[in-house]
Amino acid sequence: MKKQLITCAMAAAMASTATAAFAQTLAQVEERGYIQCGVTEGVAGFSFPDENNNWSGLEVDFCRAMAAAIFDDPDAVRYTPLNTNVRFETLSNGNIDVLSRTTTWTMTRDTDLGLTFAGTMFYDGQGFIVPEGTVESALDLSGAAVCVQSGTTTELNMADYFAANDLDGSNFVVYVTRDEVTQAYLDGRCDAYTTDASGLAADRTQFPDPSAHVILPEIISKEPLGPVVRSGDTQWFNIAKWTYYALINAEELGVTSENVDDMLGSENPSIRRLLGVEGDFGTPLGISSDWGYRIIKHVGNYGELYERHVGPNTALGLERGLNALWTDGGLMYGMPIR
Amino acid sequence: MTDLSFVRGEIVGQRPAPRRSTGAVAWMKNNLFSSVGNTIMTVASVLFVLWLIPPLYNFLIGDAVFTDPEGLRGQACRIEGVGACWVFIRARFGFFMYGFYPDSEIWRVNLMFAIGIVLIIPLLVPKMPFVRTAAVLFFVVYPVVAYFLMAGGIFGLRQVPTGQWGGLTLTLIISLIGIILSMPIGILLALGRQSRLPIIKACCVGFIELWRAVPLITVLFMAAVMFPLFMPRGVSPDTLLRAIIGIVLFESAYMAEVVRGGLQAMPRGQYEASAALGLNKVKTMGLIILPQALKHVIPGIVNTFIALFKDTSLVSIIGIFELLNTVRAAGSDVNWSSPTHAVTGYIFAAFVFWIFCFGMSRYSIYMEGRLHTGHKR
Amino acid sequence: MTDATNNEPVTRTGSGHGASLINNPKFRAVIYQAAMLLGVVLLIWWLQSNAAYNLGQQNKSIGFGFLNSTSGFQIGFSLLPYERASTYFDVYLVGIVNTLLVASIGIVLATMLGFTIGIARLSPNWILRKLAMVYVEVMRNIPLLLQLFFWYFLLLNALPAVRDSYALGDLVFLNQRGLYLPAIVSDGRFLIVVAGFLIALGAAIWFRRRTIKKIEETGDRKPIWLPMIAIFAVIFAIAYFGSGAPVELDFPELRGFNYAGGFQVPPELTALILGLVIYTSAFIAEVVRAGIQSVSYGQVEAAEALGLRESDRMRLVVIPQAMRVIVPPLTSQYLNLTKNSSLGAAIGFPELVSVFAGTALNQSGRAIEIIALTMAVYLTFSLLTSIFMNWYNARVALVER
Repeated sequence: MKKQLITCAMAAAMASTATAAFAQTLAQVEERGYIQCGVTEGVAGFSFPDENNNWSGLEVDFCRAMAAAIFDDPDAVRYTPLNTNVRFETLSNGNIDVLSRTTTWTMTRDTDLGLTFAGTMFYDGQGFIVPEGTVESALDLSGAAVCVQSGTTTELNMADYFAANDLDGSNFVVYVTRDEVTQAYLDGRCDAYTTDASGLAADRTQFPDPSAHVILPEIISKEPLGPVVRSGDTQWFNIAKWTYYALINAEELGVTSENVDDMLGSENPSIRRLLGVEGDFGTPLGISSDWGYRIIKHVGNYGELYERHVGPNTALGLERGLNALWTDGGLMYGMPIR
Repeated sequence: MTDLSFVRGEIVGQRPAPRRSTGAVAWMKNNLFSSVGNTIMTVASVLFVLWLIPPLYNFLIGDAVFTDPEGLRGQACRIEGVGACWVFIRARFGFFMYGFYPDSEIWRVNLMFAIGIVLIIPLLVPKMPFVRTAAVLFFVVYPVVAYFLMAGGIFGLRQVPTGQWGGLTLTLIISLIGIILSMPIGILLALGRQSRLPIIKACCVGFIELWRAVPLITVLFMAAVMFPLFMPRGVSPDTLLRAIIGIVLFESAYMAEVVRGGLQAMPRGQYEASAALGLNKVKTMGLIILPQALKHVIPGIVNTFIALFKDTSLVSIIGIFELLNTVRAAGSDVNWSSPTHAVTGYIFAAFVFWIFCFGMSRYSIYMEGRLHTGHKR
Repeated sequence: MTDATNNEPVTRTGSGHGASLINNPKFRAVIYQAAMLLGVVLLIWWLQSNAAYNLGQQNKSIGFGFLNSTSGFQIGFSLLPYERASTYFDVYLVGIVNTLLVASIGIVLATMLGFTIGIARLSPNWILRKLAMVYVEVMRNIPLLLQLFFWYFLLLNALPAVRDSYALGDLVFLNQRGLYLPAIVSDGRFLIVVAGFLIALGAAIWFRRRTIKKIEETGDRKPIWLPMIAIFAVIFAIAYFGSGAPVELDFPELRGFNYAGGFQVPPELTALILGLVIYTSAFIAEVVRAGIQSVSYGQVEAAEALGLRESDRMRLVVIPQAMRVIVPPLTSQYLNLTKNSSLGAAIGFPELVSVFAGTALNQSGRAIEIIALTMAVYLTFSLLTSIFMNWYNARVALVER
């Protein structure tokens, strides 16, 4: 029987390729030469492709920062757009190395999915968007047809919110992709749709007539959005986590992509450690000790990222709010590098 | 007593000429107005056609927008009551054909198709020379060449990851691989199912029935979500490859059942005759049984191919940009918010799928006629 | 490739002089099967150990305990009582029931449309024949998923907004959010009404059978339909009014954003059924055509010679023989329709694949368990279908003498 022979041969071949593949994420990434980064299907300001399929956005820049830290080349990233239904499986399967796609940090996701959140890139909350002139408050949405993307925390929060406020939530419509949700809303299938408030603002910029839609004032949940990695690989987790802290620390210390070369000569020990001038903070992570310098040089600090993609001067026009540094009354607090 | 014999005294009047059985009037009488019921149906059908055609014509051609003087940006379609927005198809044609494939590299895709067409013609048209050579080239060499043309990475060709493949190109790639692979696997499974050896038979029956019972979409979900879980850590074929594996396994189960139908139709005498000729089992199968059995089930095989071709559209659900998904993605492009561009996209995609499926079914009818040898009485 | 087949005569049964063990068919059979078994076992073991390792890495384990935990999300359309506090198991049930709903409505409508078109394809009328052919050739050569998107898009864009609904009196409303029908509201006495309905139906069928039998015995034609309807109406009326007419209708009315009350058929369901019916009916039409064509014309002529009326010729001679050919592929079309209903996931209808293998899988992260449970449902459908087919084939098998 040729068939069994083929089966056995296949099994043998696969087994032999397998042995070489137990290496850690960093080693795999270095061998491959680029990071595989899971992003959204297109949320303006967070991760959005232009016509030539070049991605940009706050969360894209996180992946770029990691690539800068590892390869000294922020473009050593391949982006995989993922819908919410496959994002976690794709990460835990190893098809991507880091998931940076407006993903809310929750306890179950940390504990049950075999994943770990590396930090919070954006403190967000869930809101509703409705056509101008329909309702003033989310509490008036009883009986409304609300569109939502399946497999999200938004879906759960909305059910909770409607139940807690005794609203009639029997008209929800659930779609797989974000495009379908906005399209259904624009087609009039839904009275409202819900996602993170930042996402609503981002989507609204893409509407034919943005001013005809209002975001309701109620923020019904906490949505800390952050990058995710697989659990069990501490080294990779640390690279992600400290890339994140480096971005924040740089802003706190006033190091920007423009002045970073000057800052190399700074006397401030915190800056010297951040930029790798003093001490060796690269070896424990398995990367070059000037990783902090590379990140800021190529990508910038957190404040720069924010202003570039979602800040008041962008189409999204989001104030810093909770995302300001702790020194400015926000929640962004970088753990000390020492 | 009177004379009983009777002789007609005058000439019988001429009968009218028999009703014409040819010509337009007679044809209409026979086919359209043969009875009251038939006439009613004719009238109803004509009314239906009259009701259907004008709006359809107006939408597709009459009110349609074919050109956009302002440069293919969709303004022209933003009119109330406009018909099909063909400008949209023209503007995004490249995307529908090639997906995200880099513009500078599209010659590679075209070259791949050109080679494929040159090789496939001798296989499809009867009585062409070099059939054998073309078959070897097409089924063995061509897939390898095509892969490297598409993916690049050698001979200085730029590497193009599968994530950037798309459009009709990808639809054709998936279905071609599906067709080429599901056939032999299906034949093996069918032979296994006919086997006298209980364990082999059980394995094949189990495999076939499992895949035939579940919808393709769950198979694709499985391929997308679960497949890597069963692979050694670190081995994770890319999404496209996983989807193709899912489709091949799924369709080969259907193919196996079609082939089994052909095998079951083979009379015992054929086996006995080949045994009498001293052929061994492999030769009996390869030279006597399979050629006849497969010929019997050509319609079934082609139907499976058509189903496979249509089924490739399902990979859009797991986020692969084949033709249907490119049309949908382009349809939700905000730069093109017009009342009809999205529906025009669907019509275009439907037409493309239809051409291929209909072509395949006509071709199978033609081949059936040609191969119908030796069974006519 | 060396499989022996059922049809193949056994050519050699034992090894002759000097023939080595390897030429002994029995011995080879054992070897082949042992190799196959080993291969399959190895493959399964290999897959299983990979899965175990990978799950271990991800801190996951396999188990069905999650079915009892709260799902926490809402489902837009459900025939069963469901709320956000329901469990994943309830989600499973809701998905199955919704799938069955789509399948049963789809099967009934597709059968009706398919038979009509199949018969039209054999009509003596040229135009009708060609129209039916065009329908079949167009619909079966376009992917179902594409048709679903098309219908869904059309429903959302061609129908009016809520405020401008099409209305049929105050009873039925149609807008882009769905079709709103009056709902039946009742209490426990509703069971009596249902029982009355079933009894009335049974009595009517019994009457019909008896009358037909009498007609066949005596040859006297007697009215069937009118008395049948009368019997049904009387018995049902007794049950309905006897139990105090416990059924009321709940009418949909515009309240806030949407119509509330009544029974809502969301556009996702309508589009799904529309697409499934149109697609499947093209295949059923071909099945029906082939079935009718398989009955030789001599049968019709013979029936004519016996003096049967035209309707009786179809009913008593052609159809029963055609059904023998039609039923097996027809059942497989039914099964296909049921499986294809899973494409509802693509347009947001909460059937099994969408709500369970989609949303629930994502919220719970239990991929293996959920895919297995989903497949189990379809396997059951398929199994039931083949049990039915075996029974039917045995029943209609030609009794040859």
